[in-house]
Amino acid sequence: MSNPFVSNAPQRRRKLERGSKSTLLLAALAALAGLIGLLLAGAHPLVKWALAILMGLASGWMIWLLTEGNQEEPFLRVVKRERISIWKKIGVRISAIVLALLVDALFILCVTGLNPIDVYVTMYQGTFRTNRLIMAALRDWAPLLLISIALAPAFKMRFWNVGGEGQVLMGALGSALVMVYVPQAINTMFPPETAAGLLSGPVIYLLMLLASVALGALWGFIPAVFKANFGTNETLFTLMMNYVAIKIVSSFFNLWRGKASALGQLNMTTKVGWFHGTTVLGVRNVTYLSTIIFALVMMALMFCYLRYTKHGYEISVVGESQRTAQYAGISVKKVTIRTMIISGILCGIVGFLIVGGKDQTISTATAEGNGFTAIIVAWMAKFNAFYMALISAFLIFLEHGSQEITNAYQIMNKYAADIITGIILFFIIGSEFFINYRLVFRSVRKEVR
Amino acid sequence: MTDYAIELRHITKTFGSVVANRDVSMFVRKGEILSLLGENGSGKTTLMNMIAGIYYPDSGEILVDGTAAEIRSPRDAMRLKIGMVHQHFKLINVFTAAENIALVMEHKGKYSLKSVKARAREICDQYGFDLDLDQKVYEMSVSQKQTLEIVKVLFEGADLLILDEPTAVLTPQETERLFNVMRAMRNNGKSIIIITHKLHEVLEISDRVVVLRKGEYVGDVLTRDATTAVLTEMMVGQKVSLNIGRSDPRELHIRLAVRHLSVLNAENVKVLDDVSFDAFGGEILGIAGISGNGQKELLEAIAGLQRGAEGSSVIYYPDDDRDSTAEQLLGKPPAAIRKMGVHLSFVPEDRLGMGLVGSMGMADNMMLKSYKEGHSLLVQRNAPRKLAREIKESLGVITPSIQTPVSRLSGGNVQKVLVGREIAAAPTVLMTAYAVRGLDIHTSYTIYRLLEEQKRQGVAVIYVGEDLDVLIELCDRILVLCGGKMNGILNARKTTKEQVGLLMTKLADKEGKDR
Repeated sequence: MSNPFVSNAPQRRRKLERGSKSTLLLAALAALAGLIGLLLAGAHPLVKWALAILMGLASGWMIWLLTEGNQEEPFLRVVKRERISIWKKIGVRISAIVLALLVDALFILCVTGLNPIDVYVTMYQGTFRTNRLIMAALRDWAPLLLISIALAPAFKMRFWNVGGEGQVLMGALGSALVMVYVPQAINTMFPPETAAGLLSGPVIYLLMLLASVALGALWGFIPAVFKANFGTNETLFTLMMNYVAIKIVSSFFNLWRGKASALGQLNMTTKVGWFHGTTVLGVRNVTYLSTIIFALVMMALMFCYLRYTKHGYEISVVGESQRTAQYAGISVKKVTIRTMIISGILCGIVGFLIVGGKDQTISTATAEGNGFTAIIVAWMAKFNAFYMALISAFLIFLEHGSQEITNAYQIMNKYAADIITGIILFFIIGSEFFINYRLVFRSVRKEVR
Repeated sequence: MTDYAIELRHITKTFGSVVANRDVSMFVRKGEILSLLGENGSGKTTLMNMIAGIYYPDSGEILVDGTAAEIRSPRDAMRLKIGMVHQHFKLINVFTAAENIALVMEHKGKYSLKSVKARAREICDQYGFDLDLDQKVYEMSVSQKQTLEIVKVLFEGADLLILDEPTAVLTPQETERLFNVMRAMRNNGKSIIIITHKLHEVLEISDRVVVLRKGEYVGDVLTRDATTAVLTEMMVGQKVSLNIGRSDPRELHIRLAVRHLSVLNAENVKVLDDVSFDAFGGEILGIAGISGNGQKELLEAIAGLQRGAEGSSVIYYPDDDRDSTAEQLLGKPPAAIRKMGVHLSFVPEDRLGMGLVGSMGMADNMMLKSYKEGHSLLVQRNAPRKLAREIKESLGVITPSIQTPVSRLSGGNVQKVLVGREIAAAPTVLMTAYAVRGLDIHTSYTIYRLLEEQKRQGVAVIYVGEDLDVLIELCDRILVLCGGKMNGILNARKTTKEQVGLLMTKLADKEGKDR
């Protein structure tokens, strides 16, 4: 059937309204002028400030023009991408990093006057200058990755477990308790030779591991049970459990200070429960090699667990819709509790590895805030264990880099270094937007009679 | 001046690679009721959303009252006196009717609920709306919510109203009332676009019909010149036999005996009240009723998803006679029922929120109920993949791949995936809730044929439906629910639409419910 009311009259193109185009250009020029002004070394601070304000105003104007400025077709539209090729994805990410480095360069130039390239090299050296630094980075990387892996199944189930910190602390406490009290018990129960044999053998490590697993699991189990049975809010619950754990650990810390713990370490003289040091990459007495290996193994295991096992399938279904899970005959209660216990156990093991391997002691700072950083890692990686490894490595690289900058330059304090890493993170996270969406600008394709 | 309230010229809209509308040009006259007709996924709602400012066209232009207009947001649409009542109501549950209306006010000026109410009252009186402005939305029936949405749009001062599938959730009586209001609005000079795929309603209410097919404009017809056959042909592009081809039931054998089934909701109110019936293998038992009268609870109780009140029982007969070993299903979770060897398939009303996992592909959805089979810790994906490919092939599911998340598929394809899986499980009892809701004629008939085939294979089919014509043509017996109570079982071959409709509403009147 034909369409009766469409005329075939020639159609003229309508030009983009001259006004909006030229004002936009003006705004861009003003912003550029401000930027150049900021870079003028030696200019009077007042001039700099004035130009900076000009730049801010101009950018605001631009944004206004882009979004609300006129009643024409929107200048800019956001369109969801159906799919994106892997190369484009990589391209977006690389350009994000390049942009971040450019903005950082501006910041470094304007604020400190240092050569940005030098600063970047220093930053890189924070991780790669010596083998010792590489090992230090790996030492910090492994726990962060492990905790991210531990949290991933819970998050995939849409159970907002923000209690990783507490679960790690409780796991650490389990090991510390064994390190402090079991030698005493063994020494009183057995003759000296047997006791010495027991204490240097694998028994003590096994006990530490068991205690850590039990306490970590308990800290995951409690909020899960309440959520499953009474529908409590797991975010608040797990968050508060962190503080309970911190308080418990800090009371033991005080109890042991000067007695079981000397020079900041547990069992300073007997070294019971300490992991044996090995030499790796020429770095001597590395006590955290087991943590690194365990992290790599768990990375592969968790990947398979979530993707190929029945448990993993159940977690996905529960995370998507509890009604669907019910319909499919999956017990939401059971899956919730089981998954949180797994999450807690893994966190507990991290506590064990930190106390026995990396620190040989316990304090409220044992988890170093990794319980929270891991949330970011798990989300950014969309629960893919291999991505988690990359992202946590990147975060550690940034952290060590910023430390190195702080140490190398007197003019850079910790805050300045944090701004540099912050800008990089901002661009990387921001690039996710461009991976999921694309921008469509107003074109002159509009036609009118 | 033009006598077109709105005119669309060469509108094209794409979502990624999917073309929702291609070069559509149409117009609406002032004081006209226009039906926008088309199968599911033919781009009706997308087109209207562009007029209402929800989407922005990729190309083409919109003329309001003869002048080119840029509609970039619902507020722009409002300024141009265009208002849309969406299929899924956009109301705030905890607000009263008046507060919801106040939401659409411009931010300028003083907020005065009193003046809002006064003006809303005026509108209600003018058109004869029955609306309690102080009632909270969550206490309202669907029809009341819809009335509120219309009053809201009129309050904004709309001269062009777009109603998206307004009758989908209404009873015949409520539909009639809505049509009267629509006529009153037209006589007042307003233009109305009604989106629907119910042909008889199109013929009853509209002045002119515009038909879309696969996102493209097919043509327009004056309603007085239109017939069902003509419209159907325009819609589907080919003649579709309206004959479902019901077979006579043979060799009936008892499958389910439901006795005194009652279900309480969270507030301890009986939403299903003492329902008893038998379901036989080899027949289709229809369940009619205004939606929300216990249909959902009935099916979910049988499927083990709802608890039955005391005294309820659902007996399953694995063999073909009443003397055989009978099993009580009530009180057992779905997993336990399956473990007993009962092949109970259930197509729930909420396809993506209950029947399927939206973020998973067809393949992973196939194993939703069977993933546990076998002793391995790992899921076996080969069989579900094969099944997914088979269903994609045999039911013509349109999807880029069996790994594409099913939430990205259109409504009809989602339903095919769900029904396909449930039938593939070789059920002895197959329950479907609103299996064709929102589906186009084509897909609907595919579903009818599948159900009919199941019946011939001796499956006890329970079909909860809303289209009375279909219930009467498809089913063997029809159980009518009203206010959660059973209001009779009718022989579908002998009953009439009027009789079923009466049973759907009679009990409610007796109880003084305002429905």
